[in-house]
Amino acid sequence: MDQRRVDPRGALVRPYAVTRGRTEPRQDIALEAVLTASLTQVAESRFAGHDKHRIATVCEGRAQSLAEIAAYTRMPLGVARVLVADMVAESLLTLHTAAPAEGFEERMELLGRVLSGLRRL
Amino acid sequence: MDFAGYDPARGRPGRGIVSAKIVVAGGFGVGKTTLVGAISEITPLTTEALMTAAGVGIDDPSKVPGKETTTVAMDFGRITMAQDLILYLFGTPGQTRFWFMWDEIIRGAVGAAVLVDTRRITDAFAPLDYFENRNLPYVVALNRFDGAPQYELEEVREALAISPQVPLVMTDARHRDSVKQVLVTVVEHAMLRLEAEHGRGFPTPVG
Repeated sequence: MDQRRVDPRGALVRPYAVTRGRTEPRQDIALEAVLTASLTQVAESRFAGHDKHRIATVCEGRAQSLAEIAAYTRMPLGVARVLVADMVAESLLTLHTAAPAEGFEERMELLGRVLSGLRRL
Repeated sequence: MDFAGYDPARGRPGRGIVSAKIVVAGGFGVGKTTLVGAISEITPLTTEALMTAAGVGIDDPSKVPGKETTTVAMDFGRITMAQDLILYLFGTPGQTRFWFMWDEIIRGAVGAAVLVDTRRITDAFAPLDYFENRNLPYVVALNRFDGAPQYELEEVREALAISPQVPLVMTDARHRDSVKQVLVTVVEHAMLRLEAEHGRGFPTPVG
């Protein structure tokens, strides 16, 4: 899988054409929220159009954040967010949780894990 | 990585993988991408957000249709800490006219490091102002450029009017161990802040 290939259509396609002009995602997805695609999801994404299939392929076998998906597919962030939110709604991608925003214990536990992860580097 | 054990039921939100982010802020050319690149497991990536040029500084640019678009780039890196834990490092766009992007970048972050170049110390005023007015734990890191004037940390704290509660550290953004220490300081500071706020009965902050 070559994630860095350049979209042959280049800049000739207006950015939001691939979302049919929609600029608001169905659900807000954080920049760092990670997504995965199973083999079945990748296979099914073939029927959802070229751009969605590219996104599913990027997430196959390795969790990728929304920001990484946008970077690897060379889509503007807003465009990638609309498509990714659609794909989550269509069960073509699995959305994992970004850092918990609430709950003292949950947040402390996450910070503790990040801290020990950094110290191990 | 094999996801077979994570989410057999497709479509449901996965509970398997958690991600966290730390923001690296500072003026233009202060070394944010260098810092991210020194510790990231991937070459820093760039993601681009399209903004309506006329909408810069306006909360909802979609209300300004048909104007020229401009591209705001932000660089980021990744550290996979465990099979179920990924840390992302996001650099903020340096140019001050893109600061509206910062609110999105810091949302939900663990904390931030504000990078300061001692050769252009006044460039740090605006980023520091930004974080003073946000409820996000942050530390200030002086990036030691070769040949740059060497100041004592406390001189810089005074010059930049950095509050005594904000950790101030020296770093070399090119070196992994030095960058690691900055990030450790960010997380430790975030934990202390969270504990202090919890102890006072405050609601826990959300970025």
